[in-house]
Formats: sequence, C-alpha cells, structure tokens
Amino acid sequence: MDFTRRETLALGAGAALMTVLPLRAYAATTDELIAEFTGGADIADTGIDFTAPEIAENGNTVPISVSAEGASAIMVLASGNPTPPVATFNFGPLAGSHSASTRIRLAGTQDVIAIAKLADGSFARASKTVKVTIGGCGG
Amino acid sequence: MISRRDFLQVSMAASALIGASGFGNWSRLAAQQRLTQDQLLNFDTFGNVSLIHVTDIHAQLKPIYFREPSVNIGVGRNRGEVPHVTGADFRRLYGIEDGSPSHYALSSGDFSSLAQAYGKVGGLDRVSTVINSIRADRPDALLLDGGDTWHGSYTCHHTQGQDMVNVMNGLKPDAMTFHWEFTLGADRVTELVEGLPFAALGQNIFDAEWDEPLPDLFPPYKFFERGGVKIAVIGQAFPYLPIANPRWMFPEFSFGIRDENMQAMVDEVRAQGAELVVALSHNGFDVDKKMASVVTGIDVILSGHTHDALPEPVLVGETIIVASGSNGKFVSRVDLDVRDGRMMGFRHKLIPIFSDVIEPDAAMTKLIDEQRAPFETQLKEVIGTTDELLYRRGNFNGTWDDLICNALISERDADIAMSPGVRWGPSLIPGDDITREDIWNVTSMSYGEAYRSEMTGEFIKVILEDVADNIFNPDPYYQQGGDMVRIGGMGYRIDVTKPQGERISEMTLLKTGEAIDPAKTYVVAGWASVNEGTEGPMIWDVVEDHIRKQGTVKLDPNTSVEVVNG
Repeated sequence: MDFTRRETLALGAGAALMTVLPLRAYAATTDELIAEFTGGADIADTGIDFTAPEIAENGNTVPISVSAEGASAIMVLASGNPTPPVATFNFGPLAGSHSASTRIRLAGTQDVIAIAKLADGSFARASKTVKVTIGGCGG
Repeated sequence: MISRRDFLQVSMAASALIGASGFGNWSRLAAQQRLTQDQLLNFDTFGNVSLIHVTDIHAQLKPIYFREPSVNIGVGRNRGEVPHVTGADFRRLYGIEDGSPSHYALSSGDFSSLAQAYGKVGGLDRVSTVINSIRADRPDALLLDGGDTWHGSYTCHHTQGQDMVNVMNGLKPDAMTFHWEFTLGADRVTELVEGLPFAALGQNIFDAEWDEPLPDLFPPYKFFERGGVKIAVIGQAFPYLPIANPRWMFPEFSFGIRDENMQAMVDEVRAQGAELVVALSHNGFDVDKKMASVVTGIDVILSGHTHDALPEPVLVGETIIVASGSNGKFVSRVDLDVRDGRMMGFRHKLIPIFSDVIEPDAAMTKLIDEQRAPFETQLKEVIGTTDELLYRRGNFNGTWDDLICNALISERDADIAMSPGVRWGPSLIPGDDITREDIWNVTSMSYGEAYRSEMTGEFIKVILEDVADNIFNPDPYYQQGGDMVRIGGMGYRIDVTKPQGERISEMTLLKTGEAIDPAKTYVVAGWASVNEGTEGPMIWDVVEDHIRKQGTVKLDPNTSVEVVNG
C-alpha cells in the first residue's frame, strides 16, 4: 500500500481511472482502430503469440512480446489508455523473425490487444488482461 | 493394460487408504491417549524415488502453536474445493474424527483445548528427526524447501537470515525456491544465495532491466539422479514479489508466473531425458492448480505460499499437487514409482510434527540453540499475558491482528488501523505469557515501520477493493495469495462474488457508528507499507508498548466484517 501524501494523491488518480474505466472505456476507439487495421475482415484467435504479465510489477513499464509466423504487421493496442495505439510492427519480406518485444505504460487495469496481419492476408488476434494494482498486502 | 491415468487413480486410492488408515490409527490412539513417533513416521517405502517437502517455515526454529483458518473462501472454480474447506467440513471430507490429533493438526475448532492436550508443533530439530528417518528408509531422498524460510523471527531479522541458513544447511536440502527471502534486500539475498551448498532455483526469476533469465544466480532447474531415475526439479518463486512486497528492496529482479517459460523448461528437461519432472513452487495452491492445467509434463508440484496443509495430494490431469503447511508444522513425504521414463504411481503422507511425540535431533537442537544464544535475554522477556487465543489465519481477521490494530489505534492516535493480510505467525493459547519473541513472530520484517497518514474515505475504499481483488479474483493467476487487509476501527460488508469496485459497501466508523464519508479525511495507522521512505516507529515496538500497558490481553469479539456469499 502507498501512504505518502504525494503517492496517495497519484494513486488516488490512478485508482479513479481504474474504477471508472476498468475496461473498454475507449472501446469504440479500439474497435475503430482494429477495423481500420483489418479493413473489417474476420479475425482468428490462433496464429499469434502474445505475452504480457497477469499483474504489472510497474504499470509505467510493462514488458510485452508478440510473435506471429510470417506476419507482415502486428498492431498492439492498450484498450484502456487515453491513447490506445501502442505500436505497429512491420516486417519486411526478408525478416528473419516475426517477433517484437517492448515495454508499455498502462493507465490502469485493462485488456492489451495484439492483432497480426498474416502472410496469407488473414488476421489473428490475442489479448490479455493486465492488472495494475496498489499491492502490498500479500504473504 | 492399465493406462497411466488409471494407474494414477488407483495409486491415489491406495494413497487415500494409507492416509485413512493413518488417520484412523491416530483417532484410536487419541482415545487411548497415546501417540508415538513410530506411528507418525510409519511409511511403507514405495517405488524408487522419495521426495521430502518443507515450505513456509518462516524462521520458526522452535516448537510453536499454529491454528489453521476457519475462514478460507474459494472463488470461481475453486469455490468449495480444497484448500477452501475448513473446520468440521474439512474433517468430514477426510474422515477425521473430532478431537483426534489430526483434527488438532489440520483443522480449526476447539483449538485451545486441543492445544493443551496435544502440545506444540514443529521445531526444526524434530523436523530433522523425521528427515533422518526418511533418509534411513531411502538414503538418496531429495529434500526440497519451498521458500519463505529466511523470514519471520527476532533472530532471523537480527542475523539477516543467517540463523536460518545455518540451520537449514544442517538439514542438507537439495534445492530451494524463494519469496520473503528477497525482502532481506537484493545484496543480502544474493550474498546468501551465492554461499548456499545447494541449488537456488527459479525459472521465473528474471533480470528486471532486460527481462532475461539469471541462470548463474537462480538457474531454472537442476537434474538429480536418484534411484536410477533422472529427475528434474524446476523452481518457481513467488510470482508477485515486486507487488506484494517492496519492489525498491530488490529492483534488479522481476518475477511473474511465466507459465510459457515453465512449459519451455519442462520441454527442455524432457528433451534432456528427464524421467520425472518436479516443480518446487511458491505460487500458492490455486495458482498451482491452474498452472498444472495449463502446463503439460509436470509430474509433481510441491506447493507453497498459501500455507495449506492437505492430507492427500490433489490430482490435476496427470499432475499431483502436494501442500505441506507452514511454520515447520508438517513434513510431506512423497514416494514415487518411476519406470520407463514416467511416473507410474505414488504414495504420500503429510507428517504432522507433534513436538512432544517426535524426539528432537540433539545435534540440531544444539545448532538451533547456538543461533539463539546471543539473543536469549531479549527473546525471553515477558511483555504481558493473554486471556485470549491469539492466532492470525483467516480471510478477514484473526485475534493477533485485532490486537495489533488496537495497538495502532491507541498508540498512534488513529481513527482506523490497517494490518497486512499475511498468513505467517504462530498462535498463543489462553494463559500464555506473551514474550518479545512471540510479538516478533507475528510482526518481524525488513519494512516494519508503523506509518500514520491521512486518507479520504474514497481512498480507503479503493485500498479495500484492490486488496479484495488480489484474493477474490475468480482467475487464480490474478490472486496474490494473502488474506484481506485487517481493519481496526472500521466495519464493512464484502460480497466476494462481485467484481473489483463493487465488493465493498457499508463502510462504518466504529467509534461513531457513522458511515464513512468518501470526501472526508480520516487518520489511518498501519504498517508494512511497500513504499520507500515510509516513516514511523517499528510495529513490534508499538505492539510491545500496547501490551505492556494492558498487562493481560483481552479482546472483544470482532464482528466488524459482514461477508456476503462467502
């Protein structure tokens, strides 16, 4: 738990975000971004691997990695952030590996979504709920 | 031909029979007022491999009382499943007779009177006797320590874990994994680990900066050749260390469940010829159950963290999960028949360490007393006495934390007190002296400052909702394995089945009977903040001052938490 006044205020703000917008507050934007990326095509739920922690150790720098065999592009969205687009990784025809890792900042508990455009032009999606918590009472 | 699955089930039944006969004997013995070491240790050696599991000792070198919980609610798929069965329901489930030694050892109910009858439990010199006896049957048995070993007592705190390292080295473990050890700080835990004469394992202990494994300090697994069997032991440290404990104390390290890496490690050791794969885990029981359903190829999970003591393994797919209690109260023995590269059957016994029945190992008693000698005067000082049973375990409160919250409110002049929902800390029975050692057993840690802070009613609710979701999230992977933060001076209602943000209601300031106002500011005293720079007196001093003033501890029954759908 956090108890300095400064941290308390900061967490209060973060917590307010969590409470008010636990998930999909910007879902419309996220859906629009996905529709733009896929052109409205169907999206399969296999063909992409997406790794993120269940609970963030530090919401300001959350490690994620994505990979999809033969993908030409992978888009990552943080659905609950004020600005959901995180990154779109593009892979050229000579790319040896179709994977990427980075760290992202999360405003609160939310779904992080990855969508790959595969070699045959189809799309694959994976997502994970990443929890951002005050912590401090386990043991 | 019998399938592997059938064989496991047959063996499970056989194990249950052995367990039942063991319990049955104890019940009769109870009637005869007789319980012997031979009966506690009786085990028909089976197969070709023996595993010995100890976990969550929390630096309890000497015998103690330890009351198991009466409230331990499971959510989602784990509702009503072990270990979320307590008291009389637990005894019915396992056919344990009321008033028997196994009632006393494994379940709550009539604790104070049974404690008088059966005495204290644990003591690492008694644990040593049990380990020696198993090694007499099977000299190459593997001894595996699930962690939370170098934390939890006056001497452990003052020696920064050295007392526990010295005593555990005397037991000669083969491998260990970790949780509270990291709260000694990154430098100290590294120093101790580098000096260990056994493997320090953690497939999920990573470098925080690069998110890469640390194979030199914490290898993911180790191979052992025992009974002609190639065994891989994979370590799994507590996944949520930087969240449940202060990240600033070990910023170099990252954890997480990392089940995809666990699968990769299982595949790697199988490819290298492992015939038996054992996970030495500090995940907590429900997390281990889920991991067993997600990761394929683990034969045995030795489960720690949530302090559950189960008299039979739980079978998930083809994985058996063994839970061995806490505070030195139990040792699990698991014998395995491994042939043709696979586990064909098992036999298991959870051995309760009745300290008056099991003869202490004299060499180990000497080693333990050497660790304690420099502190003997401070340890033994009597601060007060108790009229109450003082215990900690339970989802929402325990009398130790009621006492600690009372101390915080009176000594720190606060409206509301918060005590962390940890599961360690032995019990005292009515009439016991409360020594300084007893107070440290329930409070000692490397971040014990008792803060005093102002919080709005809204923020107090945010804290309760946050902690409640760490316990009652229906997906075990989002649970951290502790209990609810204990609250003094305030009552509330909790519906454990609701999502985060909707579980807590009816927050009431007890001293006025008024509803907590979200906009109003309250003075809150607590301890064990994960924030760097937290200021205040140490919690053990606050509690000691309070008990000294009380002389004899008396507590009002705590009815301040109303549980809905529990």
